[in-house]
Amino acid sequence: MALLEVENLRVSFHTRAGVVRAVDGVSFSVDPGETLGIVGESGSGKSVSCYSILGLIPQPPGRIESGTARFGGIDLLDCKDSELRRIRGKRISMIFQDPMTSLNPYLRVSDQLVEPLLVHEKISRRQALKKAITSLEEVGIQDAGRRINLYPHQFSGGMRQRVMIAMALINRPEILIADEPTTALDVTVQAQILELVRQRQKDLGTAVVFVTHDLGVVASFCRRVNVMYAGRIVESGFTEDIFAMPLHPYNAALQQSIPALHRKGEPLFTIPGAPPDLSRVVSGCSFAPRCPFAVDLCRNNAATLEEPISEHSTSCSRVLRGEVTDLRLKPALAAV
Amino acid sequence: MAFLDLRDLKTHFPIYRGLIARRRIGSVKAVDGVTVTLRKGEILGLVGESGCGKSTLARTIMQLVRSTEGEVFLEGKSLSQLSSRAVRAARVNFQMIFQDPYASLNPRMTVFDTLSEAIRTRKKYRRKEVVAKVAELMRMVGLPPNQMLRYPHEFSGGQRQRIAIARALAPEPRLIIADEPVSALDVSIQSQILNLISKLCREMELTMIFISHDISVVRYLSDRIAVMYLGKLVEIGPASEVVDRPLHPYTRALVSAVPIPNPQLERQRQRIILQGDPPSPLNPPVGCSFHPRCPFAVPACKLEVPELATKEGDRFAACIRIGEI
Repeated sequence: MALLEVENLRVSFHTRAGVVRAVDGVSFSVDPGETLGIVGESGSGKSVSCYSILGLIPQPPGRIESGTARFGGIDLLDCKDSELRRIRGKRISMIFQDPMTSLNPYLRVSDQLVEPLLVHEKISRRQALKKAITSLEEVGIQDAGRRINLYPHQFSGGMRQRVMIAMALINRPEILIADEPTTALDVTVQAQILELVRQRQKDLGTAVVFVTHDLGVVASFCRRVNVMYAGRIVESGFTEDIFAMPLHPYNAALQQSIPALHRKGEPLFTIPGAPPDLSRVVSGCSFAPRCPFAVDLCRNNAATLEEPISEHSTSCSRVLRGEVTDLRLKPALAAV
Repeated sequence: MAFLDLRDLKTHFPIYRGLIARRRIGSVKAVDGVTVTLRKGEILGLVGESGCGKSTLARTIMQLVRSTEGEVFLEGKSLSQLSSRAVRAARVNFQMIFQDPYASLNPRMTVFDTLSEAIRTRKKYRRKEVVAKVAELMRMVGLPPNQMLRYPHEFSGGQRQRIAIARALAPEPRLIIADEPVSALDVSIQSQILNLISKLCREMELTMIFISHDISVVRYLSDRIAVMYLGKLVEIGPASEVVDRPLHPYTRALVSAVPIPNPQLERQRQRIILQGDPPSPLNPPVGCSFHPRCPFAVPACKLEVPELATKEGDRFAACIRIGEI
């Protein structure tokens, strides 16, 4: 049974420039112990979906228009703040992109590490401190007993992200939401952090929701993937299937535009244009203006996520109707 | 004759301590002895982790920072000897593209203002000519010329980077240094800009140094790749060979740390995970600066600094154990 089940989540931001529909009808579920990747470009709504589950969207200007997020019999989107506080940091915790701005620069690491313990458990400060030191050792920080008394600026970027992970996992949560945790880090350090998350996940049986824009990280790290575009999930399935058999033109184009898979000199496939302005209402598929396979029907009829193959869904109506089977783009479509 | 010739280039930043009795307590050796030559029309990719000195090297070549030692020769003429005024005049020949198109364009200048200023650095054109040239530049980078009176905030990130590229091309330079020009952009926009850069280089026979931390981007675009670690080049060679068959242990680790967007390949490959962070350039380790993190290090690595030497044909690496590992 799914641990977390999000259904038809809609989040919008009411700004002076109009209503921005950041998340527009997103449904997904997380199984115990699994790794779910959420991949998309900036503005695709991947972070906003995760933030709103934990009640971290500033309201106003944000507003959760509809949807449910079932977690252990509670709807996280419709429960008392006190209830949410008991879950956040205890059963679901989160790590963020930039470890410098998400740690408090005024407080010693020790104070920040014991806080989730003191808040959620009946535990003395001394015991909490002992646990905190163990948790730092578990994320590979040597000499933890001494370094726990340092301030965040005395750690390097990779070490700060380790501290964040230790803090997020100190209460052994059932779900860890990781929002681009390695984007600000060097590739060699990224490899260390990914390995660490994988190891800790194995030890604790935590489910991980991994938000990223990097398809490479998804390929190496996740069991299932949701591909998001303009506030909607356009394709969802097991990682192998998403890569081996893309069912949505956006996913297909995205993969073909990665330089790693191209020989030198050969023009890169590109997706023409730019992602749509989410403050305008789009009738039909939001990718249609950039899609090489789009027909009039795509621009008029709303796209819904359906499952043509078991456990692999797409929102492309032409793929669903069987009109398009080969999503590989012709090099001639590569625009400059 | 080499088009661009860097000879034992060093850029050190002094560090002082004390408010009243200021004394020099050391220096950060950001660039520490880089020697490399580029042919005309060549694209050299420069990769390395943050803090390894890639950007300082770029700024030193641009003469935005003056080198502590060593010289930069562009088409046989030394740039390091020039006065700051002479450098400014010479800079029409070498231009730079920066990482963040949000920060590198003046928000109070329209596209026309930005580009026309750059065009006029080479020659005093008449206004009509300038307008025509601005329009031509905009078309070249794929922007509609009727938007020349707009301000940077009216453009998206990818379009802004196109403006920045147009500005760099405006004085008709022969050398372009691009410092992480696509790192701040989304994947789908990244490929548009990479295509543009590669097309322009071919058409205009530009020589380029392309800096990136992403080895797959560099491999796609460049003829040769230079790998930098703590201010020094540790490996240089033809792009595909350096990535597919790296010689230096650091290059191997760097290549293996990049996740491949292919789950099957990902599962099969051997990964080298380096321990720790890059050491501080303030007091780099003695001997080979990579030895504390190197899985192949032997005691001899601590004794001397390895020279960048020919290993096979046109490939160079700075490691004493290449033959053995």
